[in-house]
Amino acid sequence: MTLAKRIIPCLDVDSGRVVKGVRFVDLRDAGDPVEIARRYDAAGADEITFLDISASHEGRSTTLHTVERMASEVFVPLTVGGGIRTEHDIRALLNAGADKVSINSAAISNPDFVPRAADRFGSQCLVIAIDAKQVAEGRWEIFTHGGRRSTGIDAIEWAVRMTEGGAGEVLLTSMDADGTGQGYDLALTRAVSDAVRVPVIASGGVGNLEHLAQGLTKGRADAVLAASIFHFGQHSITEAKQYLQAQGIVMRMDY
Amino acid sequence: MTRVAVLDYGMGNLHSVAKALETVGADQVWITRSPERIEQADRLVLPGQGAMRDCMAAMTAEGIDQAVRNALHRKPLLGICVGMQALLGFSEENGGVDGLGLFPGTVRFFGSPQDHDARPLKVPHMGWNEVWQTPHPIWEKIPNGSRFYFVHSYYCAPENPSISIGQTEYGLNYCSALAHEHVVAVQFHPEKSARHGLQLLANFLSWNP
Repeated sequence: MTLAKRIIPCLDVDSGRVVKGVRFVDLRDAGDPVEIARRYDAAGADEITFLDISASHEGRSTTLHTVERMASEVFVPLTVGGGIRTEHDIRALLNAGADKVSINSAAISNPDFVPRAADRFGSQCLVIAIDAKQVAEGRWEIFTHGGRRSTGIDAIEWAVRMTEGGAGEVLLTSMDADGTGQGYDLALTRAVSDAVRVPVIASGGVGNLEHLAQGLTKGRADAVLAASIFHFGQHSITEAKQYLQAQGIVMRMDY
Repeated sequence: MTRVAVLDYGMGNLHSVAKALETVGADQVWITRSPERIEQADRLVLPGQGAMRDCMAAMTAEGIDQAVRNALHRKPLLGICVGMQALLGFSEENGGVDGLGLFPGTVRFFGSPQDHDARPLKVPHMGWNEVWQTPHPIWEKIPNGSRFYFVHSYYCAPENPSISIGQTEYGLNYCSALAHEHVVAVQFHPEKSARHGLQLLANFLSWNP
């Protein structure tokens, strides 16, 4: 036995409230990210990812406070992404208690951003988030604006460039699979995982537990991220871990 | 009354470790670099993240290095992650950096580790891995082989194997926890290792070497 694969639930948070809905029974407040994170922690989540989708400045300052509360109560790693544009943004989130930050569009508009941030804060806290869409057989490009605008950048080359530049992990989302419930884009996941030396988190498309297993085996991901299958109580994290372990995948079961 | 000084030399997130220590019962937790506070504290925690070169430079600039050396014979100190690596004599990181030298040994790069099937392993070593214990009070109530959260690309290779109190496998077997006199140090992050991590911090607070 050795390093375990990770299950990472993802919360979309707007102005300190979880959006896209969470429908657990017996939650006091289904919109409170801290309460939900505690629930996931108790169920065995190996990490928590928190995506800030606040549009306003006020919403972003609320996020810092939410991260602070979460880090005071949940003692597993916490990654925060969404709208991080400056080294000042990174410093503020790390000071609030985030362990890692995930960088997406700021890296595209300024390819030096990740290397500079890695030099200042260390690779261990920098995740490069990549939203990719298939453009031809075996070829994927980076898309922005929710998958509507192509940058023309090859996703695999970008993953290699950013990780060689200092990103310590890749959060890889297939824009084709996201929201479909049909499973991860396994060819994309595997291509990126084989191309980079750092861990890869598969994201986008999970509809059932078998999809999680496929991401880790066929996709060769090191971790799987999912939102809706956990939020709506379709499957618990505990159930997912038991299922994956039964497939022969090494999981952290003692929590 | 347990007063803990978390040694602050400007390297990253100290909030989590402070909160975790409060959660397990520390009466007072000071995030500090003040020599008076460090002297008042009953116990010290030496965190660390980022590059070893920057950590060592900041530690020396703030006088933290001397506080750590003084602790060895007289005050319980817990080193975490780069705070463990800094205790050794030398690190391969950043083209070679001298550490505090409390324990002879080298901090080495993982290089190109492979699993049992000769497939390449990812670096950094990131995630939950097992720690195989040598008996020590810091492991009280923690089952042998429990998983803790790791994130690092370099590992400690102390010259004296008898100071190792924890071993982890990642391409090779390495020392993931060590202890000697008043110092205990771990490569993983107890403040991010859920129930077992909190238990380890609680054990540190009640440890009387």
